[in-house]
Amino acid sequence: MRTKSAAVPYVFWMAVFVVIPLVLIVVYAFTNFDGEFTLENFNNIDVFLQVFGNSVVLALIATAICLLIAYPFSYFLAQEGPIFRKVAMLLIMLPMWMNFLLRTYAWMSILENNGFLNQFLGIFGIGPIHIINTDVAVVLGMVYNFLPFMILPIFSVIDKLDRKYIEAAQDLGANKRETFRRVIFPLSLPGVLSGVTMVFIPSISTFAISKLLGGGMSFLLGDLIEMQFLGSAYNPHLGSAISLMMLLLVLVATLITNRFGDGDEGTVLM
Amino acid sequence: MKKLVSITLCLLMMLSSLVLPGCGKQEGNVVNVYNWGEYIDESIFEEFEAETGITVNYNTFSSNEMLYSSIKSGGSKYDVIIPSDYMVARMISEDLLLKLDYSKIPNMKNLDEQYLHLEFDPQQQYSVPYMWGTTGIIYNTTMVDEAPTSWMDLFTTDLRSQVLIFDNPRDCIGLALKALGYSFNTTNEEEIRQAAELLMEQKREGIVQAYVMDQIFDKMINNEAAIGTYYAGDYVIMAEENPDLAFCLPEEGANLFVDSMCVPSCCENYDNALAFINFMCRDDIVLRNCDAVGYSTPSATAHDIMDPEMAEDPIIYPDEDVLEKCESFGGLPSDVLSFYDHEWIRICLAKVKPKFS
Repeated sequence: MRTKSAAVPYVFWMAVFVVIPLVLIVVYAFTNFDGEFTLENFNNIDVFLQVFGNSVVLALIATAICLLIAYPFSYFLAQEGPIFRKVAMLLIMLPMWMNFLLRTYAWMSILENNGFLNQFLGIFGIGPIHIINTDVAVVLGMVYNFLPFMILPIFSVIDKLDRKYIEAAQDLGANKRETFRRVIFPLSLPGVLSGVTMVFIPSISTFAISKLLGGGMSFLLGDLIEMQFLGSAYNPHLGSAISLMMLLLVLVATLITNRFGDGDEGTVLM
Repeated sequence: MKKLVSITLCLLMMLSSLVLPGCGKQEGNVVNVYNWGEYIDESIFEEFEAETGITVNYNTFSSNEMLYSSIKSGGSKYDVIIPSDYMVARMISEDLLLKLDYSKIPNMKNLDEQYLHLEFDPQQQYSVPYMWGTTGIIYNTTMVDEAPTSWMDLFTTDLRSQVLIFDNPRDCIGLALKALGYSFNTTNEEEIRQAAELLMEQKREGIVQAYVMDQIFDKMINNEAAIGTYYAGDYVIMAEENPDLAFCLPEEGANLFVDSMCVPSCCENYDNALAFINFMCRDDIVLRNCDAVGYSTPSATAHDIMDPEMAEDPIIYPDEDVLEKCESFGGLPSDVLSFYDHEWIRICLAKVKPKFS
């Protein structure tokens, strides 16, 4: 009984911030302005398939780059001493103490044609390179902003790896490469999978990055949804329908990664 | 039993969350004002409070559409809002505004007759003009070979990746409509489609650098782009920082916008709202707001007594014959608005052609 009463605040929390918004989204998605039931919102969605495609591609690229950077980083960091680790972790977390928009704005002035990057390259007579207002800038913004979400889970999994497995592999005659391929990597998969989910989901739904760094030149799912609520096209019903579709997309992506996780430690994901 | 208690409490939370956030629930004599960001001299609130005993709760929005969605969704309670012309028309048609009792706004007589009875409120029943201005082309004299004179100059391939365009469908498609010689308020889908095609071609050819709103300040000040489209009042502020900038009101005419003070139907302090609007029309207050904002006032009496340098500035107060060519945004029927959105998404989705030169 005591444990039950302790759960009451969490039930509130879930109800107010998770269940009610979700119910509202579903209700809006299946009604029109007159409050009548309709599937019309979903008819329009095929027009936006291109936006879906755009967003998925950019989010996948950003996720892949994050993984390529974060995995070796976490792997080598886990071998370092405690002080080095602490400092490195602090440096990774430090930008996250700042507001997300502010950081993205900062990248805007770095990448601009007359920005810091091109001024710096100019010293060596290189460039100017044109990055701002392209998809490259958008992916860069995603990688920069969401990289910590990839590093943290991978690092914590590799860090907690039982050294005995590695020793056992070595005892059984596996070389370094073999140990990594057959022992360390499979054991770190849960961290990789939760990292992939935690980068992919915010990347696919972002809108501020494409506005600021993409200059409105690339149009993502987040922009489309924002437009239905705050833009000229005030249509919360269509916006909810698109959000619901995105929810499904993310759900499918999560189920797929979960399948790869193969049970035991896949629980890290959800 | 426990379940019942928790469900009841959940419901209570839900209800309270629905009721409480409607701002303006504070005790006492208040007026809830919802205005554009950076669009007022905030020090006037103290004076208003001292004179009338009414406390001002001030909030800001960044686009007409944002204002519309917060009023339409009914989540917030405001007493005075300041939408632009076309949004006033839309809100009137959707019964979101209250009629004003002009007998309680005596300072209304200060306003120049030419800013009253405009398209968006022909009977002058719902609105009191606050500021007006025009849009136009802002360019960097050191970065363009020839000064632009027409909206069409934004579409030449000489300006590859040098053009900044409005990031909202009404202004963006509007300027293309003007470039083609059509009206801002056309309801002809073919004309709107042509304007959208023009903008898509401009994007595909790589002429557009970015679609921006207030980011244009930084980009024009730092010589990032040669040419951009924005509001005349904001040009004045940019030019203070970068003297190379110049302004052109295109020969086809530009958008003449009028932002008006209105009272939304969710208003709870009607008399206070009228008192605030009346206060805002007083000459000394108008002058202070003009100094802070840089836009143009519709008040004839305030214009007469303001600093002549500002009063005679041809960019802030263009000549009659220039204004004659300008056009205001009127309200559009909802099917045309959704066609705008349809075309706007097509523009957003157009891809820049890779260039091999």
